Amino acid sequence: MKKIQWQIASVKAIVQETPRVKTFTLQLPDWIPHLPGQHYDLRLTAEDGYQAERSYSIASPPEQTDEIDLTIELIDDGEVSSYLHDGITVGDPLEVRGPIGGYFVWKDTMATEPLVLIAGGSGVVPLMAMLRHRAQIGATNPTVLLFSVRMDNGVIYQQELERLAEQNTNFRLLLTFTRQPPNGWTGYQRRIDKEMLQEVMAPLNGQPNCFVCGPTLLVEQVASALVDVGLPFERIRTERFGPTGT
Amino acid sequence: MPSFFNKGFGRRREPAASDRIPPGQYETRDFPVLTAGPTPRIPLTTWSFALDGLVETPMQWTWEQFNDLPHQSFTKDIHCVTKWTRLDTKWEGVSIDTLLEHVQLKPEARYVMAYAYGDYTTNIPLDDLRHGKAFIGLRFEGLPLAPEHGGPARLVVPHLYFWKSAKWIKGLRFMESDKPGFWERGGYSMYGDPWKEQRYRSDD
Ligand SMILES: Cc1cc2nc3c(=O)[nH]c(=O)nc-3n(C[C@H](O)[C@H](O)[C@H](O)COP(=O)(O)OP(=O)(O)OC[C@H]3O[C@@H](n4cnc5c(N)ncnc54)[C@H](O)[C@@H]3O)c2cc1C
Repeated sequence: MKKIQWQIASVKAIVQETPRVKTFTLQLPDWIPHLPGQHYDLRLTAEDGYQAERSYSIASPPEQTDEIDLTIELIDDGEVSSYLHDGITVGDPLEVRGPIGGYFVWKDTMATEPLVLIAGGSGVVPLMAMLRHRAQIGATNPTVLLFSVRMDNGVIYQQELERLAEQNTNFRLLLTFTRQPPNGWTGYQRRIDKEMLQEVMAPLNGQPNCFVCGPTLLVEQVASALVDVGLPFERIRTERFGPTGT
Repeated sequence: MPSFFNKGFGRRREPAASDRIPPGQYETRDFPVLTAGPTPRIPLTTWSFALDGLVETPMQWTWEQFNDLPHQSFTKDIHCVTKWTRLDTKWEGVSIDTLLEHVQLKPEARYVMAYAYGDYTTNIPLDDLRHGKAFIGLRFEGLPLAPEHGGPARLVVPHLYFWKSAKWIKGLRFMESDKPGFWERGGYSMYGDPWKEQRYRSDD
């Protein structure tokens, strides 16, 4: 098998998505088509040779050739994320390798089956690649994104998500705010629970493919609640970012 | 000076014992969870653990029988393929050597497929499970192993990346030749040595 080589990408654009989240567009000398849900490893090297490596999901669809978007949340005191947020500007080189991962991926063979995407915070990143690809291939399968965010200004990709939901009647966007909802908000204002999942799944016919991504605790609770509401084990794929808190 | 470096980047935290942290890893004090799907629920009344495949007579234990086996304490460093390393984790459990006293392996047995509740599997060379190198963990830091970390029982093979330490272990199947398990079929390394950074199949 060919080794997934490290390559030096060049930062082509940086977009501030929310106060704590930036998207980095990386131009790759050796771009390889990915599956939505896969990630790249990113490696920082200090002048003394010290290296730190972290994984970041690909936000862009495979239709966006020659480059990838990585959307990265600033973690206070985070070794890699804080360097990327504070130390990187357009034109800088970054070392990456990928695409990696073969399980938490939305395959074209799933394009006719209902799809339930559940995200907490930056866990929306790999799910966004799925939604973008789904739009590109013109899939019409019933799809819902249930996105848990803390506050009003924390909705990553908000405008694009709203546009997707307007343009495509088969796609529903559902937000839940766990701390501070926007003024006049009438939607969900709590952590994702069994009742919410039941409501979200009710309109779907047939058993959906379900992808859950976010902080460990959210993923743990959501995956467990999905089993409770009767979704078979094999239909639930999870990816956990970050620490446990337990 | 390396040929490529990121200007202004430097180590943020000094690891406690850098000689014990494999390349590409960082030290953490919490215990991240990584699993492909939901945490399975396993009632202890129906739990069982088996040794099968290339053995003269397969062996199976119930939860009570398994807990009657001699237990040992283990203090080990563990390394996850997603880059975290946790030093000096304290476990209690049953050594694989203890389990192997209960079966007679056929001479051609050289590899093991660990299989788990929730249909997870992972492959390991037999020699990497023997001679004090691996155990079935039942307690972690003095408490029964939490379900999200693989409780009631998980395989622990500390010298390999932690995905080899199958959570919710159900049995070990002895095989003549190596076959890929769950993540290995998905492109992960057949062996998973953290010191050689064998993360993906192409690193083998
Ligand atoms: C497969 C995979 C895909 C990922 N994709 C993304 C992605 O698309 N976008 C993204 O932003 N992150 C993603 N992550 C998380 C990412 O790899 C890093 O863990 C994160 O950027 C923190 O690294 P750091 O070096 O800044 O912090 P570190 O120096 O590693 O950690 C600093 C402190 O923050 C804690 N911490 C670590 N991660 C988090 C977190 N996520 N939230 C809160 N506290 C944390 C640590 O426990 C530590 O105490 C992904 C992780 C995996 C395994």
